[in-house]
Amino acid sequence: MELTLEKVTHRYGDMPVLQDIDLRIPTGEILCIVGPSGCGKSTLLRLIGGLERPDEGRVLQDGAPPPGCLNPLTYVFQDFALLPWRSVGGNVTLVLEDHRLDGDERAAIIDDVLARTNLSAFRNALPRQLSGGMKQRVAIARALAVNPAVMLLDEPLSALDAQTRELLMEDLVGLWARQPFTAVYVTHNLAEAVRLGHRVAVLSRRPGRLREMLEIDMPLDERGVGDARLDSVQQHLWHLMKDEAMAADQELLDV
Amino acid sequence: MSETHIRPVPFRGGGFRPVAKRGVGLIVFVTLLALIEWGTRTGWISNLTLPQPSDVAMTLVDLARSGMLWTHLAPSLSRLAVGAVLGVSAGIGVGILIGLFSHVRAGLIPLVAALFPIPKIALLPLFVIWFGIDEASKYALIALGTFTPTVVATYGAVDNVDRTLIRMGQSFGLSWLSIVRKIVLPGALPGILSGMRVSIAIGIILLVAAEMLGAEFGIGAYILQAGALYDLERLFAGVVILSALGVLTSWVIGRLETRLLRWRT
Repeated sequence: MELTLEKVTHRYGDMPVLQDIDLRIPTGEILCIVGPSGCGKSTLLRLIGGLERPDEGRVLQDGAPPPGCLNPLTYVFQDFALLPWRSVGGNVTLVLEDHRLDGDERAAIIDDVLARTNLSAFRNALPRQLSGGMKQRVAIARALAVNPAVMLLDEPLSALDAQTRELLMEDLVGLWARQPFTAVYVTHNLAEAVRLGHRVAVLSRRPGRLREMLEIDMPLDERGVGDARLDSVQQHLWHLMKDEAMAADQELLDV
Repeated sequence: MSETHIRPVPFRGGGFRPVAKRGVGLIVFVTLLALIEWGTRTGWISNLTLPQPSDVAMTLVDLARSGMLWTHLAPSLSRLAVGAVLGVSAGIGVGILIGLFSHVRAGLIPLVAALFPIPKIALLPLFVIWFGIDEASKYALIALGTFTPTVVATYGAVDNVDRTLIRMGQSFGLSWLSIVRKIVLPGALPGILSGMRVSIAIGIILLVAAEMLGAEFGIGAYILQAGALYDLERLFAGVVILSALGVLTSWVIGRLETRLLRWRT
């Protein structure tokens, strides 16, 4: 299943946040979206997944979701969005309960996703007992459980410290290597973008327009910390964004 | 730098953080009682002002021995139970509807705001006409009294449920009913329970008011009789029973909270 955005424009009140965005999200690739703060990255992601309606333009899905897919467009949120009253296992079960699955199927899915995210030992723990990194792993496990056609990740690592971020990036690369998935990954962290993105879309500051689309032609599992080629890509991205970010920083927020 | 200039950095943190101190409440309580006992015995407090705590205790013991305690307590408890269950459950129901549906909210919040400040005791004569002099009017009074604070607490609790959790539920395609049952209700539970503390305390106040009008038995009737005879020991014995009832209900809700809200820190 492929997603296409056609001339998507969105406003909050009179203020345009996104302007004429054309984007194609091909299957099996991770598309990173970067941009200065307030450029509408997260809004764009909400539009892609149908949590908001664009004022103009369309978000189209081409082709049927793969068989066994329970929720084609699935989010991973920055603040994890775990139910604090449910255990790790319970949080994953939540998204399966509305689907007709027999007990064995459900148990198999839960076992599988918990194993893939190294959470099997924490099945009965409550969210408050987990570190931020573990919470985000639970959220990723929950997203994997519905076997999404496209994963929509909204700054998934931004609430975590640098070391945990590094570990989770490796986890995500490992997950993709074992079973490639389609993802849109929104972040303001350029290092994340060059590590995880097959392509990187750069948005300008508000109103967000697509400034550049970069292709990083290097397998995910070969990208490491301090790789010279990645560093130069990151430098390039920073040059693209620096002035915009400075201007965005000095804007008066009048919302 | 000379030796005399070396000193530890003064500690400036600390305080402003409530710490559980066991037994302090009991000490305050016992000291106060001992002071009154001593005052009334020495005549420093006249026995027209306050009864002797030991006499009140004896009155309570007598009341329990004669079996009259239960005769008064049983109807009071059943009135409180029936009235509060009716009021609180209706209140939770309406509060949830207000929290979920904008039309219900627009229609009912002004009505609840209008009902809330009415002293329900003032409506008692009206309730007697509507529901008769016996139990029904007492149930109605307690139910109405517990209803309004429960509604306000419940819709506030529903409003405070983390919107990102609801958005998450929608993004996973959960049905409306699932979102309400599995996300909104558990999320609102802490607020609903703390609202119940207030509601039930109001229920106890109204119970006594209702029993002061046309009840043969009941703690309120007992207090009214004692007051009419200026029998301070019995009056205070009644008041002690009410306090105990308040402490008991608050403890029960506390237990409920620890059981149902174990997921909180």
